[in-house]
Amino acid sequence: MLQTVLEPGTAENAALFRETYLAAYRFMLLARLLDDKFAALWRSGRIHGGVFLGRGQEALSAATGVSLKKGDVFAPLIRDAAGRLAFGETVRDAARTYLGSALGPMRGRDGNVHRGKPREGYLPMISHLGAMISVVNGILLAHRFKKISGTVGVASIGDGATSTGAFHEALNQAAVEKLPLVLVVADNQYAYSTPTARQFACRDLADKAPGYGVEVDSVDGTDLSACLKSIGQAVAHARAGRGPRLVIATLLRLCGHGEHDDAGYIDPQLKTSPIGRDCLKVAEEHLVRQKWADATTLATWRSEVTHEIEEAIAQVQREPAPDPFAEEWRAISSRHLSETHADNEVDPA
Amino acid sequence: MSVTYLEAIREAQAHALRDDPRVFIYGQDVGAFGGAFKATKNLASEFPGRVLDSPISEDAIMGLAVGAAIEGMRPIVEMQFADFSTVGFNQIVNQAATLFWRTNVPCPITVRLPFGGTSGSGPFHSQCMETVYAHYPGLIVLTPATVEDAYSMLLEAVAIDDPVIFCEHKFLYYHLKAERLPSEALPVGKARIAREGRDMTIVAYSAMVHEALEAAKELTPEGWEVEVVDLRSVKPIDTDTVMASVARTGRLLCVGEAWSWGGATAEIIARVVTEGYGLLDAPPQRLNAKDTPVPYHPNLWAAHRPTARAIAAAARKLLRL
Ligand SMILES: Cc1ncc(C[n+]2csc(CCOP(=O)(O)OP(=O)(O)O)c2C)c(N)n1
Ligand SMILES: [Mg+2]
Repeated sequence: MLQTVLEPGTAENAALFRETYLAAYRFMLLARLLDDKFAALWRSGRIHGGVFLGRGQEALSAATGVSLKKGDVFAPLIRDAAGRLAFGETVRDAARTYLGSALGPMRGRDGNVHRGKPREGYLPMISHLGAMISVVNGILLAHRFKKISGTVGVASIGDGATSTGAFHEALNQAAVEKLPLVLVVADNQYAYSTPTARQFACRDLADKAPGYGVEVDSVDGTDLSACLKSIGQAVAHARAGRGPRLVIATLLRLCGHGEHDDAGYIDPQLKTSPIGRDCLKVAEEHLVRQKWADATTLATWRSEVTHEIEEAIAQVQREPAPDPFAEEWRAISSRHLSETHADNEVDPA
Repeated sequence: MSVTYLEAIREAQAHALRDDPRVFIYGQDVGAFGGAFKATKNLASEFPGRVLDSPISEDAIMGLAVGAAIEGMRPIVEMQFADFSTVGFNQIVNQAATLFWRTNVPCPITVRLPFGGTSGSGPFHSQCMETVYAHYPGLIVLTPATVEDAYSMLLEAVAIDDPVIFCEHKFLYYHLKAERLPSEALPVGKARIAREGRDMTIVAYSAMVHEALEAAKELTPEGWEVEVVDLRSVKPIDTDTVMASVARTGRLLCVGEAWSWGGATAEIIARVVTEGYGLLDAPPQRLNAKDTPVPYHPNLWAAHRPTARAIAAAARKLLRL
């Protein structure tokens, strides 16, 4: 869809781009305010475990989500609230996973960012970094076996995770099989506290791609227009059967690694540099400059989104928690092959 | 003055760095940041050049440690969470664990694994890896349950000429406090009687020692005197101390937070039954986590792993047998 949008000139394409931009902005806003809400719930002790925000990465993430369509595959990571929503996740399901509702897709078994619906092409991340990319490859290869054509898979990854063996193995694998994979690296300058200088010694992460025979594009991750174009092109390229592409987005994590982390280690100079811009503000300025929205419209959208979030959270908070007595403690699907033996069952509290 | 389990681990590493120029620390965020749990806080500035941030590359972290150990260094590796050690598994079990046997060259590495469940941590930040590593020949697996042991066993781990998997329980990091660091300690390989009793023996290790002690307390008003053995190391297992305790009590319950299949609790029962069948007045029992991944929700988590309540219930059942 987007490849046509990218060729300016016709009024039709300009209108389509505007529409895509507005949709993406809306997901950015929704993600930002939802993240803020999760952070507030965490501070007041309503969320167990960690809370991980995508602050500063919404433009890249939303651009990824809106570039995909039904039938595509998306393996998001911890900072992808915007992309998840754009790919079709509901605010309710996001909240259910953070709040441990029994009605959520993960049924309280897994939490926070570890959520997804694998049969809908929305992969539930495991924590082990780099591990999702080859799984996307597998789905894409299966599509080929099943003669499903024209689908694309996107995996998100951070600068730090480019140091995993899994990243390299999967990128090479996608290249060998010429799979329609778009691997989006959010280079947010840090992996937890570790700056990129302790992570890799190449001049530019983009340098990694040619070694695998993979195409690469670099993009300013704070600029929604640029992200829409770069990801849109990579997706169109993959959809056309022209193989995998690596996209390197440069930006800055505008929050702690998780909400427990004050991120005191972030270089203040980075915060005032262009990569430290808040992509949400940049997008709003663009909207106003283009006269696609004015201050009043922006305020209205914000209050609509706030209302949507509050409503969803209120509902999810009334939903039941998982019941250990009703829980089926079985990890394999072959019921007849489950262990029936239990020496001393832990008695549910 | 008091010191936590976590501080004891930091202090032991400071001590090792101070005493032995061959020691260095390697792991994600262990440098200026001081580690995800702050177990290496300030060590990078106290020992410049010897506490290194690694890339997110567990396989290469372990391989590098093996190479350095061959050269006579004494690496301490911190895995950010025990769960992520699976990414370095090949280097641990195939490289580090086989080196001495194949070449007669020892491989002194300490791999620190912050492990075990805490509420809300879910399936990938809660795992207990001790029995997996204990399965492989060539590794020593330590599971300290007290502040004192966290300190002295970590120091000893660094001094041991073999790869040591040092399992430090995240739940104990902040919960557990002691007055001071110990000046002497039981050696690695010896279990400890954490509580004396005559009616039954509970064998546990790491965080489960505290749940077992709670359970023992709960059973006292009912007239039962429960002995608790803190295993301290899962490999080697101090079979003698366990056997001597069972000889006194005639009843055995083994408790582990790991999954039961082929685990440390199974190993202890196998040993007691094969070598001390006649000592038993009732069939030995065990209590482990349920056979599913570790759940995220606190309600599920509390039902998944053994708690003092569950241990007490299993103990009552055994006492009636
Ligand atoms: C294999 C593995 N090792 C360690 C970790 C612990 N860990 C979780 S997030 C993280 C930093 C990730 O940094 P990056 O890839 O740059 O992503 P960002 O958090 O910056 O989005 C680390 C080390 C992990 N999840 N997986
Ligand atoms: Mg990063």
